[in-house]
Amino acid sequence: MRYDLTQIESWIPEGSRVLDLGCGDGAFLNRLQETRRVQGMGLELDPENLIAATQRGVDILQQDMDQGLSNFPESSFDIVILAHALQVLHRPDKVLQDMVRIGREAIVTFPNFGHWRCRLHLGLNGRMPVSKDLPYHWYNTPNIHFCTVKDFEALCSDLNIAIMDRDIVSGPVAALFKQWLPNLFGSTAIFRIRACD
Amino acid sequence: MSGAEEVGLVTPIREVFSENLALASGQTLAGFELITETYGQLNSQRSNAVLICHALSGNHHAAGRYNHSDPKPGWWDLHVGPGKAIDTNRFFVVSLNNIGGCDGSSGPNTMNPETQQPWGPNFPQVSVNDWVTTQAMLADRLGIDSWAAVVGGSLGGMQAIHWAVHYPERVRNCVALAAAPKLTAQNIAFNEIARQAILSDPDWLAGYYQQETVTPTRGLSLARMVGHLTYMSADGMSDRFGRDTREMPSDAINPGEMVFQVESYLRYQGKQFSTRFDANTYLLMTRALDRFDIAADFDDSLSDAMAATTCRMLITAFSSDWRFSPARSRELVDALLASGRPVSYAEIETDAGHDAFLLDEPRYTGLFTAWMQQVVI
Repeated sequence: MRYDLTQIESWIPEGSRVLDLGCGDGAFLNRLQETRRVQGMGLELDPENLIAATQRGVDILQQDMDQGLSNFPESSFDIVILAHALQVLHRPDKVLQDMVRIGREAIVTFPNFGHWRCRLHLGLNGRMPVSKDLPYHWYNTPNIHFCTVKDFEALCSDLNIAIMDRDIVSGPVAALFKQWLPNLFGSTAIFRIRACD
Repeated sequence: MSGAEEVGLVTPIREVFSENLALASGQTLAGFELITETYGQLNSQRSNAVLICHALSGNHHAAGRYNHSDPKPGWWDLHVGPGKAIDTNRFFVVSLNNIGGCDGSSGPNTMNPETQQPWGPNFPQVSVNDWVTTQAMLADRLGIDSWAAVVGGSLGGMQAIHWAVHYPERVRNCVALAAAPKLTAQNIAFNEIARQAILSDPDWLAGYYQQETVTPTRGLSLARMVGHLTYMSADGMSDRFGRDTREMPSDAINPGEMVFQVESYLRYQGKQFSTRFDANTYLLMTRALDRFDIAADFDDSLSDAMAATTCRMLITAFSSDWRFSPARSRELVDALLASGRPVSYAEIETDAGHDAFLLDEPRYTGLFTAWMQQVVI
């Protein structure tokens, strides 16, 4: 399992109501149903994924996050997850606001564009980074809103969103430095957030 | 589809109910009959029963054939049978003709026991509520305490929703395909045009045509043409017919005339329908459809209605369906979300229009099948 998902799982209380935005084939929600006994629901657009999630017994809604989430009532879920999808949204800020409205808590993971490899690539080559994790070119990438750990924290502050927890994924060597320089050494950022009281 | 994938030969069963049936309209039906079909085997716990609710022009014959030379299987044979979405290897499937119908259950074309005349226009107006009541009586008779699933498309989906809302303890899963919480003004308008087509036929005879051994076939045919048109999409029609023309055959009333394929198709559909369907039933069914409103018993709060459900729900809409558009299905979904109920929803990309729920679109069939496989029996 991807590291960010392991971390998310550890933050999910037993029996909670979980909404997974961009749930893919439903494998992670299905796992949470088994390991955490959650009442899960997933949002997804891809028809093949809808079928795959349904085959796992996961409730799914075919809905486009970019069209808004206003049909979900306030506090209707304990936790709303957005794993590795922030960067594909048209308006990440609006979705984040909806997430902390719908969920008592929200968990967001995203690739950190402030990672030293990205900086090095752009700095030395003068070209947008292309890597194993981010294999697209600027013109065909679905990732239209990259941000860094610092950018995300600034946005949360602007939107009056409280950061409850932060975890940074990195390679084994960079792990030694990430606690001091997360924005430089973290490849994936994982945030637990909620609306400010 | 090969014969091996079908349920095989089926025989309708007649169920006679002698008790009085109090209808939602306030009228009473002194006994009634239901014509039904079943497919598959009821298990020993009686926990694997699935009810199929039919739409406007459907009936009890959902799957299988009546004899080896029967040219056509039942209306939902694509989705009911061994290994299909409603898998008869797992489920005991019950299908019936609703009262007010014209395929064997008590309705305008059956005898009124009091007068020994066909009911005709005097058959009481029935509603989705009444249909579900009689379906529940049928379940009692079959010893089915709760349905593993109640499934329907269009007007059938409305019955499935009514089941989930009004008999939550008797429905464990509900599938509503191409349905809506109630009709829009535009939708009612199409039904009204269809009704006026029937009422303006000189053979309508105020609904007493059966006694005169005539049928308002022209009105019925026109009603069906209007209806059928609204069940298709513009793109689907362009793909299928384009502007192609054909010469009418020698046995037509207009032999040799060049007509557009779409004209010929609609005339054929209308004609076929007018020979198999009853005009009084058409009026009655469309009125039941117009009057359906699942929120009416809940102070017009759709979310309060949905809060009464306890079952798992699958709501499915079809992208090119403009008669029961995806927006109407999403009203149901949003009301379920508002009341904290679980729900699955998919909008199937297709140009087949409203009738897509009858067809075999791979993504629809895949989803429907996957969902039914998760139904616990």
